[in-house]
Amino acid sequence: METLELTQEEQFQARIDADVRIEPKDWMPDAYRKTLIRQISQHAHSELVGMLPEGNWITRAPSLKRKSILLSKVQDEAGHGLYLYSAAETLGASRDQMLADLHSGKAKYSSIFNYPTLSWADMGTVGWLVDGAAILNQVPLCRTSYGPYARAMVRVCKEESFHQRQGFEIMQTLCEGAPEQKAMAQEALNRWWWPTLMMFGPKDADSPNTAQSMNWRIKRFTNDELRQKFVDMMVPQAEFLGLTVPDPNLKWNEAKSGYDFGEVDWEEFWNVVKGNGMCNKDRLGARVKAHEEGAWVREAALAHAAKRKQRTEQAEAVQQVA
Amino acid sequence: MTQHEWPLWEVFIRSKQGLDHKHVGSLHAADAAMAIQNARDVYTRRMEGISIWVVESKHVHASNPDDAAAFFDPANDKVYRHPTFYEVPDAIKHM
Repeated sequence: METLELTQEEQFQARIDADVRIEPKDWMPDAYRKTLIRQISQHAHSELVGMLPEGNWITRAPSLKRKSILLSKVQDEAGHGLYLYSAAETLGASRDQMLADLHSGKAKYSSIFNYPTLSWADMGTVGWLVDGAAILNQVPLCRTSYGPYARAMVRVCKEESFHQRQGFEIMQTLCEGAPEQKAMAQEALNRWWWPTLMMFGPKDADSPNTAQSMNWRIKRFTNDELRQKFVDMMVPQAEFLGLTVPDPNLKWNEAKSGYDFGEVDWEEFWNVVKGNGMCNKDRLGARVKAHEEGAWVREAALAHAAKRKQRTEQAEAVQQVA
Repeated sequence: MTQHEWPLWEVFIRSKQGLDHKHVGSLHAADAAMAIQNARDVYTRRMEGISIWVVESKHVHASNPDDAAAFFDPANDKVYRHPTFYEVPDAIKHM
């Protein structure tokens, strides 16, 4: 009689195919673990570095309301980084090592943060457009196959929706304002549109890891699918604002009931990925500086905890004697 | 014969793959292995779970309920952290 015994790997794939989440103590192929650690830590790094372009405008926000909102948004991003680093730690990655890899330049983060935020309208565009793209990426990740990652993403997505709305509100305010304000909004859209399309990653044909990630249900949609969704979603919103999407090839295609759009400048994309974008050095420099200048705080907190423990123990000893 | 009360353990159950472990209650047991077995017998008799965590209760540090008002106060006046704070025009879809 022929026995049908599944290998560990086949059992694992069968669970994935049945949409059963994988949890930290479950067996998983090494490559699955490695792919997840890479993706989740890159995602965490993006949240951390993502604070910098917006942090740039906190002190210059045009009103107390806008300042409070921006501050809250940047706080959220720090929190998102934390959720994600913790999810990566459930796979055996060490927090210190992940940070070291970010700081040495070995680990990547989203290239979008290597573009400068030059005007207040950039805060609107980053919230509306960049966070809009991030949300499209992140919503399917709430159903990703690895449990702790999926659960972290549920929290992230919940918090993210205010980010996009506040960005849209900034854009709407500018677009309904003086001609100079509207021009500022248009100028920001002109600079951010293409880099935002790059956030979805290389074309499917140039993304060798996509097939495996889809098979493991880490990813649920391909890069090109998400990019198309994004364009279809955003063009009507830009029209509502009275802004022009800076793509001469943008055209509604009735047959696919979606937009045709121009080709992303992939040379620019790879150039920024390789570290030669406008702000790569600034961003990493600011990150490393913050980490190094925060060293004394981390040491002081440990010293304080040790002292507090010693004091408690002494108090307990005195009580016992008494 | 020395008489020691078994330590108290807090029990967390994952009801199905993909969900968080949720606190369900506590029990006494001599050690962690026994706590897990007892938790299975007490808390999952009707297939309520597929994974159990136990933590000795003395290791749980909690915020002080007397300080709750002041402690959670900072989030009180920040309505702008909620998406409902922002008005989205009816014409805008997907936001």
